[in-house]
Amino acid sequence: MKKTSRAALPALAIVALLILWEALVRILEIPSYVLPAPSQVLAALWEDRAALLRHSGVTVAEALGGMGISLVCAVALGMLMDVSEGVKAVLYPILVVTQTVPMIVLSPILILYLGFGAAPKILTVVLMCFFPIVVSFTDGMGRIDPGYVNLIRTYGGSRLQVYTLVKIPYALPALFSGLKVAATYSVSGAVVGEWVASQAGIGYYLLRVKNSYALDKMFASVLVIILLSLMMNGLITLLQRLCMPYLYRK
Amino acid sequence: MKLTVERIAFRYGKEPLFKGLSFDVAAGEFVSILGPSGCGKSTILNLLAGILTPESGEMRVDGAPIHGMSGHFAYMPQNDLLFPWKTIMQNVCLHGRIHGDPKAAQARAEALFPLFGLAGYENAWPGDLSGGMRQRAAFLRTALCDADILLLDEPFGALDVISRGDMQDWLASMKQHLGRTCLLVTHDIDEAIYLSDRILVLTGRPAAIHREYRVTEANRTRDWLYAQGALRHSLHDSIRGLEAGPC
Repeated sequence: MKKTSRAALPALAIVALLILWEALVRILEIPSYVLPAPSQVLAALWEDRAALLRHSGVTVAEALGGMGISLVCAVALGMLMDVSEGVKAVLYPILVVTQTVPMIVLSPILILYLGFGAAPKILTVVLMCFFPIVVSFTDGMGRIDPGYVNLIRTYGGSRLQVYTLVKIPYALPALFSGLKVAATYSVSGAVVGEWVASQAGIGYYLLRVKNSYALDKMFASVLVIILLSLMMNGLITLLQRLCMPYLYRK
Repeated sequence: MKLTVERIAFRYGKEPLFKGLSFDVAAGEFVSILGPSGCGKSTILNLLAGILTPESGEMRVDGAPIHGMSGHFAYMPQNDLLFPWKTIMQNVCLHGRIHGDPKAAQARAEALFPLFGLAGYENAWPGDLSGGMRQRAAFLRTALCDADILLLDEPFGALDVISRGDMQDWLASMKQHLGRTCLLVTHDIDEAIYLSDRILVLTGRPAAIHREYRVTEANRTRDWLYAQGALRHSLHDSIRGLEAGPC
């Protein structure tokens, strides 16, 4: 199968599903407060575009802030665990256990401690994104061919140079795999934080339109959340191409 | 520089690999080490490079004892170990980059690229090069180290027969230009005869020098190599008669 037709198949499947959805709503005359048709969702999206754009900006800022903090913390902790087996033995199991705590439960607690500003939302994003990044980065460094490290050492390289010249570049593909997973979590994390207590953001908008039973606008905000997640994922893919041009050589 | 290895002992687990291994390599000499599989040929290079530490014995360069990663050796392992995330130029200048002088290393490398058959590939990625070219790039990286002694661990072992032959011809022509003391570990008897001033044959574990061959021919060609039937036969028998212990 050709590459283009392979890529087009999921898009065609989605379009077919939307047509079916639209047809069922029209044929069965389902009212919009029960299930809005895709055309009604798009109309709501266009009608409320200014508000959606404003709230999206807030959510994206929270997601990016949380991703940035997660990345810095994950790289620092990943290196610490790589340097010291003892630190890894203590921290790694704790990190795994933290993933069993649902973030929706933690969000109200964070708001009690950090107030109603952006901080609890960003921290929710950090708690959701940190784990996939740190695990992928640590595993990436752990899989290195020891020959690379020995080469740097026999050339007189320092321990720091082993990291800067070999271990970190070697772990970059794994790190970006973790970042792609985290990118999709980041928008969800921000929205969860906004649900609990906020005055702006797509999560806040979603709660507001839910209270007014505007189902078409609820679906519109879900569509925006999907688009924002895809945009974050695309941003990471773009960064990956810039950081690892050798993987995309012609 | 002269290399002396004296009464080295080393073991993996409980099994001794060497119990007093001794040999020396004269300044500027090209010495190959042959021996049965698993006898510890590559371990000798790892000990010299400082990747492994001997239990006892002494290693000296020009009479001065060496310990750990001494900086006297440039080690070329079996795999080319080029960094896929760096261009060929950045790869070959690795030693200069580590020691804070990448520009000087690049100037030296630029002059050597044609000699190593890499002209025009300065900005290529390692993944774009053939196996032979990658090995030449790894060789250039090794040659650009300011080390006195080159340790070559089966540098052409991963290549196909034709590429390996080409690389052996190329290295034979480069020996004088390199002008360094070289210690080559190889499984290939022809490679050892073609390139070496002296060949050391190791016994099985615990390994010791079983026999030593001198190769004095100055004008070496493939025809000359293929005419060395008696030497090849003798080396073959010498290695075959010595089975390695269990790995």
